[in-house]
Amino acid sequence: MSDAIQAPAQERNALERWWERLSRIDPRYLIAFLITLVLVAAQLRYHMLGSYDRLVLALGVCLATEALLSWFDRGKVVNLLSAYISGISLTLLIKPQGGALWPFVLGGFLAISSKYVLRYRGNHLWNPTNFAISALLLAAPDRVSILSHQFGNDVTTNLVIWAFGLIIAARVGVIHITLTYVASFLLLNSVRAVALGMPVLPEIAPITGPMYQLFVFFMITDPRTVVRGRQRQIVVAVLIAVMETLIRFGSDKGWPLPTAFNAAPAILALATVGPVAKWLDLRTLASKSTG
Amino acid sequence: MRLDRGPIRAAADAEHPGFVLRDETLAAGIDFVHHRASFDPKIAGIEPHVAALGASVSVTDFDGDGRPDLYFTNSRFGEPNALYHNRGDGTFEEVAASAGLADLNKPGEGVSMGAVWGDFDNDGREDVLVYRYGYLALFRNVDGHHFEDVTEKAGLRRWVNSNGVIWLDYDRDGLLDLYVTAYFRSDIDLWHLTTTRIMHNSFEFATNGGKNLLFHNLGNGKFEDVTDKMGVGSTRWTLAAASADFNGDGWPDIYLANDYGPEELYLNDHGRRFVLSTAGLESESKSGMAVALGDAFNRGRLDAFVTNISERGYLFQNNNLRLNEMPESRRFRNVAEGAIADAGWAWGAQFGDLNNDGANELFVANGFISADPNKSYWYAMSKIAGANGRFFEDAATWPPFGNASLSGYERAHVYINRGVAGWVDVAKQVGITHTYDGRAVALADLLNRGAVDVIVANQNQPAVLYRDYPDSTNHWIAFKLVGTRSNRSAIGAEVLLEAGDLRQRRIVDGGSGFASQNDRRLHFGLGAHEWVDRVVIYWPSGTQQILLRPAIDRLDTVTEPSR
Repeated sequence: MSDAIQAPAQERNALERWWERLSRIDPRYLIAFLITLVLVAAQLRYHMLGSYDRLVLALGVCLATEALLSWFDRGKVVNLLSAYISGISLTLLIKPQGGALWPFVLGGFLAISSKYVLRYRGNHLWNPTNFAISALLLAAPDRVSILSHQFGNDVTTNLVIWAFGLIIAARVGVIHITLTYVASFLLLNSVRAVALGMPVLPEIAPITGPMYQLFVFFMITDPRTVVRGRQRQIVVAVLIAVMETLIRFGSDKGWPLPTAFNAAPAILALATVGPVAKWLDLRTLASKSTG
Repeated sequence: MRLDRGPIRAAADAEHPGFVLRDETLAAGIDFVHHRASFDPKIAGIEPHVAALGASVSVTDFDGDGRPDLYFTNSRFGEPNALYHNRGDGTFEEVAASAGLADLNKPGEGVSMGAVWGDFDNDGREDVLVYRYGYLALFRNVDGHHFEDVTEKAGLRRWVNSNGVIWLDYDRDGLLDLYVTAYFRSDIDLWHLTTTRIMHNSFEFATNGGKNLLFHNLGNGKFEDVTDKMGVGSTRWTLAAASADFNGDGWPDIYLANDYGPEELYLNDHGRRFVLSTAGLESESKSGMAVALGDAFNRGRLDAFVTNISERGYLFQNNNLRLNEMPESRRFRNVAEGAIADAGWAWGAQFGDLNNDGANELFVANGFISADPNKSYWYAMSKIAGANGRFFEDAATWPPFGNASLSGYERAHVYINRGVAGWVDVAKQVGITHTYDGRAVALADLLNRGAVDVIVANQNQPAVLYRDYPDSTNHWIAFKLVGTRSNRSAIGAEVLLEAGDLRQRRIVDGGSGFASQNDRRLHFGLGAHEWVDRVVIYWPSGTQQILLRPAIDRLDTVTEPSR
């Protein structure tokens, strides 16, 4: 009897110990692990990269740009994990015309340099990958498109990535952002579909794709570009989903939006809402500190 | 490996492509208009997509008068297929009804998707297999003017939702066999659906398509299904197939362009079975629409060009130009870059020397659905394209198509090969004007004048004949092969021509591209070369024949030596 009572307690302790150990790991390593997991699954199972030279170029440019600019800016080379995450994200998310490699070079440079150039009160405003992809899609829609591949036709890969993603998001303390966005996406786009007399399933289907997995685990949860405070973060996640729904509504209605908005509404929603929210957040913080 | 070999580079450029293509469709008396199918109302929401295939063209000389004729298929109940007899004066007369090849689109039988010609009974007259969304139909050429339906007798009355069939002699017994590709599952009757779960279960990795079939010609007018025995029953939504001896072992292999999945190469193991090869094709999963075979860089090898989908801003799948490196490395290497990689929503394609300079040009038809030019389905497509397969396997869950276009109003591309400088599109310069929804492309020297004309079958739109006018300073040579130990049509025979530093290989076509078949006669441009050193003919039987210094600027008929 006492054994039976003690066993779950021991298990709980083991779980707690594991979670504690996980908590001691620098969050950036966990995020780097997750993006590496996505990369390996995407390539080994689904050949999603297209070619390895894309990976080498995007990673190389991101790492080199980060090293160079941080040395120039701060007199030392900063931890390159953030550049590593950007490089892999870009490799997975950019699909160029005709096997061109320049989008990976330019994208890598734009992503990292945006952190050093587009700043307000010492902070960058855009998630680097989000900025680079938005810029490429807006400036060169004839040459660059966004990832539209699937993670296969079974749910296994999806489940593995969602499971690891949620655990790591919880550990990093951003799971509320991910869940808020996902819930808002499902709700708002279901409402949109019903309001416009469209079938609901196609409107919520995109969330099951890998592009969205990269989006919810690596872009909107970027610790350096989210606003301060759990409640504000939740509000911003909802606003991003609202903006995306508005873009999709515009596309439904045939508004003359640039192709980038139709092809990658989530990316563009973050690119427009995120920096404004961050700017307001930093401004508020500055007002408080001067007041 | 150098890709600039040969005498041909720099002769042609974008400003001086060395040929003109003129639309002479109406002058030639070709007034064929394709009509698309209409299916069960349960899938009305995406009918424009499901019914977006069926315009095909194949070249034949059905009456044996030495002039290529044309056969177009239609895809709506009651709409006839068309057989255009070449009068030899630049005009055609439509004779499908009298030949018995017109009325093939009927409820209960299905609608035509294409046709391939070959002399399956070796009687010297080309027979035809019509593939449909419905029953296969084999017609024996009775007397050069009339055709007899021998499907039942041949054991081929099978319901297959097919978009492609090729003739090949896989066991080299001198009899043409049939490889039938299947798109939708063969238990699906698109007019009487019991379920709407008929679509692909993945945009990149679907394996729930129809099962491809291989029929062995028994020689007594009958065919036997040897699909499982030979191991070629892919269920990957195959849209096109082509056959050649890619690895140089003397046995014809099968190359598949699969929609919603990677290409496949089945290597022929001495006619005993086929082995699915990992030849570097599995690393990219796209939407294969067509496979054209040609010697892209004058290496004396048959390379494969596979068309795919690209739409600016949404999707760059990029076409594949796969160099055949099978003999040395057992792989194909994709070298498609730049213009040749993006031809829009590309369909049928064919290699042919349109300017007679000794190098192949590449004609690519494209455009999927042209409806309301102000409405695009691409945004709707983007919602489901990356989603989990369960969302779109059911046709009823797709966003309704309405009157939207999907990669519509695209102009065909004509690429000239500039070697290391890459391929360049000269469609505008050479006179391509139409923006029809191109599907099938076939090449033939319709007037026996040493020029490769281009025939395009357009979906739900008129067919177009582009008459080729190459530079008159270039020389040419052409061969009509007649098999004796090999099949009479010589389908699968490969010819390697050598003239100084020029090498070029071609194959007698048993069906290639998308829903098309070229003239069985082989045309070689020679550029400024005034003689040919030698021609090696690799007959399907295994016989090699060498012709030394054949006369140029003429068509030669070559009969296979008896031993």
